[in-house]
Amino acid sequence: MDVPHLFILNESIRNLYFHVCMWFSMMILFGVSVVYSIKYLAGFNLRNDIFAVNFAAVGSFLGILGYATGTIWANYTWVTDQNQSLGSILKEPKLIGAAIALLIYGAYFVLRGSFTDMDKKARISAVYNIFAFAMLFPSIWIIPRLVGSLHPGAPGSDSGNPALNFKDIDSRLRMVFYPAVIGWTLLGVWIATLKIRIQLLKDKTLLHD
Amino acid sequence: MTKFMVRCLLFVSFMSTSFFSFAQEKPEMADAMRSNGKIYVVVAVCLTILIGLFIYVFLIDRKISKSEKEV
Repeated sequence: MDVPHLFILNESIRNLYFHVCMWFSMMILFGVSVVYSIKYLAGFNLRNDIFAVNFAAVGSFLGILGYATGTIWANYTWVTDQNQSLGSILKEPKLIGAAIALLIYGAYFVLRGSFTDMDKKARISAVYNIFAFAMLFPSIWIIPRLVGSLHPGAPGSDSGNPALNFKDIDSRLRMVFYPAVIGWTLLGVWIATLKIRIQLLKDKTLLHD
Repeated sequence: MTKFMVRCLLFVSFMSTSFFSFAQEKPEMADAMRSNGKIYVVVAVCLTILIGLFIYVFLIDRKISKSEKEV
């Protein structure tokens, strides 16, 4: 597949199929996790809590992968080829926002680990999960697009989500990008379901439905 | 005569190497990541994801084996 020929990015534009897909599937998995948390709060079925925590776990794992791949990509486009100083990279709002979002999800697992009572753990962590999901939007999507950012989607460049904007992303990229998002998401869902099945087998005696 | 030619060759080769080293403004460092239009950045990103996935699945595998022993 041919890709747009751009300066600085060069062939590394193909990272769109990996780095961006990680974040997309992370968002989808976190969304699924929140749905199960709300379902837990609606009926207090412990099965829904197991679904929620495992989807959140795989989602944060994909987020960490997205962060790691982003550092590699930024190293060869922002740091060296755009001559950005380390200070401007550290001030980058997209990186700070993504780090905050991942740390909030890290706190979710810390919170879960600190309870000994299972029902209390499930109930409080379900409420916290909804808060964590709500915090994703300002920290990742809104604030980096309000203030200046090197990352695509900043107010200086094209507004809105560059990956979803039909006028921004090239049609040749979209032909690979959207199937790639679906594929990576399905891989994440598969790993999550494997983890869920293990947990359901372990807690067979606790679940009665 | 042969000695003279060897000397000349040595001199020319020395001059050429020193000339080339002065001619380049940027020192030639490990720029493999920038060769072939930065395609190796994509390779590095792919490998990071693959290694990450392998580690994650391996950890899940270890967890399963541990719970298999308990049952």
